[in-house]
Amino acid sequence: MVFEKIAEMLAEKLECEASTIKMETKFDELGIDSLDVMELLMNVEEEFGTEVELGEGKVESVGDLVKTIESKM
Amino acid sequence: MLTNKVAVVTGGSRGIGAAICKKYAEHGADIAFLYAGNTAKAEETVAVLENIGVKAKAYQCDVANADQVKEVVKQIVTDFGQIDILVNNAGITKDKLVPMMKETDFDAVVDTNLKGTFYMTKQVYSLFMKQKSGKIINITSVSGLNGNAGQANYSASKAGVVGLTKSVAKELASRGVCCNAIAPGFIETDMTEKFTSNEAIKDSIPMKRFGQGEDVANVALFLASFMSDYITGEVIRVDGGMAM
Repeated sequence: MVFEKIAEMLAEKLECEASTIKMETKFDELGIDSLDVMELLMNVEEEFGTEVELGEGKVESVGDLVKTIESKM
Repeated sequence: MLTNKVAVVTGGSRGIGAAICKKYAEHGADIAFLYAGNTAKAEETVAVLENIGVKAKAYQCDVANADQVKEVVKQIVTDFGQIDILVNNAGITKDKLVPMMKETDFDAVVDTNLKGTFYMTKQVYSLFMKQKSGKIINITSVSGLNGNAGQANYSASKAGVVGLTKSVAKELASRGVCCNAIAPGFIETDMTEKFTSNEAIKDSIPMKRFGQGEDVANVALFLASFMSDYITGEVIRVDGGMAM
């Protein structure tokens, strides 16, 4: 569920098909910087009503972000 | 110039902070200010601001306490609906020569002046990022630029604020958020009482006079307004030429 939401948000931002976004897709490859990732996270927080503190561990891929969010849910 | 804006000012009950609150209010901003302990003085400042005709509220908060800062910023957003301007002004001194300076003297000054600025910035960061606008104005000091005997802790904290300002400016520039600093020299306030009676110090200032809170507030107004929209990561001295 989290992955689908993130893929949808990324697709909207990048104006591409959500199906092109995979768990292993790196943000670098998408031209997404760390601030964009933060922004994405903030939107996800709003969507799921959870609070996720970034800070521990690297968030380099879509999968990393999904795991970070899921671990806090 | 600041109509429909909400400004948060730390250390807002007196001195430079109060002058900034007043200036912003005169230009139409609603004001939420933080104060450390002097409730009577804070209430007085609220009354002055309300008289100008804006919404104003004082919040008691120790900016060196991350939890308190988190709570107070949340409360301000609930009360005011938004934040557009953050002025990190709260500051303390514990002046001593290094051999006499206790570790606790050093920590207390760094905790309030530098970490307080960090905590406040952290709490408005995502808010400003999301709204793709915002002005962060950090009050540093010429002591942080040039150093000052007896102020190792204070000047270290204020030099830290300069670095923090520039880093935050770089992080948020692409989101339309500006982060700048003002470096006052000798401004006549309660905090500088012991200096401002000293004629030798006055003579060392090229303009041969001490500054007023309003001198700093004028620059703070410029940095909070659209007039400075293309300026970020800058440090503006307000010191009568002292640190030239």
